[in-house]
Amino acid sequence: MFSFLKKTPATAESTNWLTRLTGSLARTGGQLTALLVPGGRIDEDLYEELETILITSDVGMDATRALLADVRHRVKEQQLTEAGQLKEALAHALLKLLQPLAQPLDVAPHKPFVIMLCGVNGAGKTTSIGKLAKHFQNRRKSVLLAAGDTFRAAAREQLMEWGKRNDVTVIAQQSGDAAAVIYDAVQAAQARGIDVVLADTAGRLTTQAHLMEEIKKVKRVIDKALPGAPHEVLLVLDANTGQNALSQVKAFDEALQVTGLVLTKLDGTAKGGVIAAIAKAHPIPVRFIGVGEGLDDLRPFVAEDFVAALLGLEQ
Amino acid sequence: MLDNLTQRFTGIVKNLRGQARLTESNIQDALREVRLALLEADVALPVVKEFIAKVKEAALGQEVIGNLQPGQALIGVVNRELTKLMGEHNDALNLAAVPPAVILMAGLQGAGKTTSSGKLAKLLREQDKKKVLLVSCDVYRPAAIEQLRTLAQQLDIDFFPSDISQKPLDIALAALDWARKHHHEVLIVDTAGRLAVDEAMMAEIKDLHAAVKPIETLFVVDAMTGQDAVNTAKAFGDALPLTGIILTKLDGDARGGAALSVRQITGKPIKFVGVSEKPNGLEAFHPERMAQRILGMGDVLSLLEDAQRNVDMGEAQKLAKKMQTGKGFDLNDFKMQIVQMKKMGGMSALMDKLPAQLSQAAAGAKIDERQINRTEGIINSMTPYERSHPELIKASRKRRIAAGAGVQVMHVNQLLNQFEQSQKMMKMISGKGGMAKMMRGMAGKLPGMR
Repeated sequence: MFSFLKKTPATAESTNWLTRLTGSLARTGGQLTALLVPGGRIDEDLYEELETILITSDVGMDATRALLADVRHRVKEQQLTEAGQLKEALAHALLKLLQPLAQPLDVAPHKPFVIMLCGVNGAGKTTSIGKLAKHFQNRRKSVLLAAGDTFRAAAREQLMEWGKRNDVTVIAQQSGDAAAVIYDAVQAAQARGIDVVLADTAGRLTTQAHLMEEIKKVKRVIDKALPGAPHEVLLVLDANTGQNALSQVKAFDEALQVTGLVLTKLDGTAKGGVIAAIAKAHPIPVRFIGVGEGLDDLRPFVAEDFVAALLGLEQ
Repeated sequence: MLDNLTQRFTGIVKNLRGQARLTESNIQDALREVRLALLEADVALPVVKEFIAKVKEAALGQEVIGNLQPGQALIGVVNRELTKLMGEHNDALNLAAVPPAVILMAGLQGAGKTTSSGKLAKLLREQDKKKVLLVSCDVYRPAAIEQLRTLAQQLDIDFFPSDISQKPLDIALAALDWARKHHHEVLIVDTAGRLAVDEAMMAEIKDLHAAVKPIETLFVVDAMTGQDAVNTAKAFGDALPLTGIILTKLDGDARGGAALSVRQITGKPIKFVGVSEKPNGLEAFHPERMAQRILGMGDVLSLLEDAQRNVDMGEAQKLAKKMQTGKGFDLNDFKMQIVQMKKMGGMSALMDKLPAQLSQAAAGAKIDERQINRTEGIINSMTPYERSHPELIKASRKRRIAAGAGVQVMHVNQLLNQFEQSQKMMKMISGKGGMAKMMRGMAGKLPGMR
């Protein structure tokens, strides 16, 4: 029944990562484990406790209700009677919700494969680009970075530093227009036969209508430089964010047709439960999650691991 | 800002309005709505529970005396408790120390510490006439020091240079020494973002705090933060003797529940809120106004304060005189209105401060900052004489103006129509009703709103 939990990790690397993710999600897991000890009876108090825990993990009211309804259904259908079995039922309900989001990013179909990043201020876009560059380099892809955040002070310098650390070319201009910088970068990538272009953009709150218009323009201009590009629009979300993450997903998706999400800062006490809310209301594939400050700490999203770590189910 | 929450509360009042009196059961329903609203707004669960209990207790006591208007009575209670929850009044910075008064900034990655440091420096210089020195102790994030240096340069604030090869503690002490020798009254120490679970980094900032002995230790927190705000706030509060909170990115559409809970958990006042990306986008936090805003009463007071800070008083008085007489309001004044509105952060910042009912009414009216720029462009293409005598502008002048501004004649016509409406509005204000009437008239009549 719980095959995904018994699967032995393929490499030492993934064990490390799972440990780290588990550690970072341990708070929630700990709460749940203490609650759902084998032997206890299933009653309304238990459901209410479950609701509390989901809410305090930022899962949100809608998704929490749906998850609990699913759990109740499973309890009835499978005639579960023990509190311990409730954990399994919840794991399956969560997995059913999150599994469709686990679609890894494949950059093979296009060359150069142009990835545009967007998000609110301070979500971790520039840092994620540094880590993504490393990720693709590890897979023997050549990478080029475009310093499209022309607004924030020293954003360009920050990206150039990431370029230096990864030994990757960064296309930047002294000042000016994000669209122009990224246009140049896409052209340079074509000329140099680069595999992946990572385009940074300035952070913006979705309420800023003129900035949302500007980023639409950036996308249109990329399409002019290379028809069909950008091939991936990644929205970077901070795991600390509450229900506002949903409205970020909706607003950026409406403006740019977001094709993937990056969930950053999962190494703190934040649980990233908002991903469940997103899965329920506005599902978009989660491509990567950030589990630490190191260059290697950005990993593909695996629903089984995420659920297992969230609920403290790993053996 | 906080719009969704506001709508929810407005709904509660409406539902209760139909009731004859507050009973245990209809209070129960309303309180469930309040609980849901607060949870959806990311207010931390323990804070919500405590709040609901308080409101219930107070509301049931009100039943006897307030039974004439039960909805108002309950909202009154919610309002009072909400204000209490957020701190009863605005706490200003305490800078009463032997100069330099040190301000230490702390918070998670990406909360907005560096940007807030810059804005705070500007605020202290302009409002308190302080000589401020900025220093960055962030030797970890690439180009973090460079970011603060650039900000300081843009804002013309003194900056103490540092380097990633140095230790944060050494940087801070050197900056403190420099500030003493050069008679700076305030030293703002920006630090690297850190996780509360990162023991080494938390130890570092504790050492930093012990060395520079800040009179203000400000915890910077993102308004979009979810339930975990409680955990980080608590952890930072346990590690450092915080003196206040800066709530950033409040100009987004986050419901802002963090504002309600962070104060409650740390017991420290929210001193400032970040309300725009502009350098002057840092405002004093006013709990009582925030409570009113949540309850749908709007934040007209903040709006007025904004206007005073950003608007040229002389020009405004001239305009006010013209408005009183209802005469002589011409395109020059119209343009001035636009320029002053831009100074106040544009239409969207303005709309945020209006009561919920009003911004809902105006929600259909799409705010387009570009159109405001276009309007300014068209007026710039007119001769001074045309601006003071708009009635002269007929077909051929329109064609010339349109060509000059790079727009269609249609746009010039639209502008002239808008101007006429504004003129009418001015006359309306000069009559009775004042502000309320103007607010009602605003939707659709200010440039940039369709």
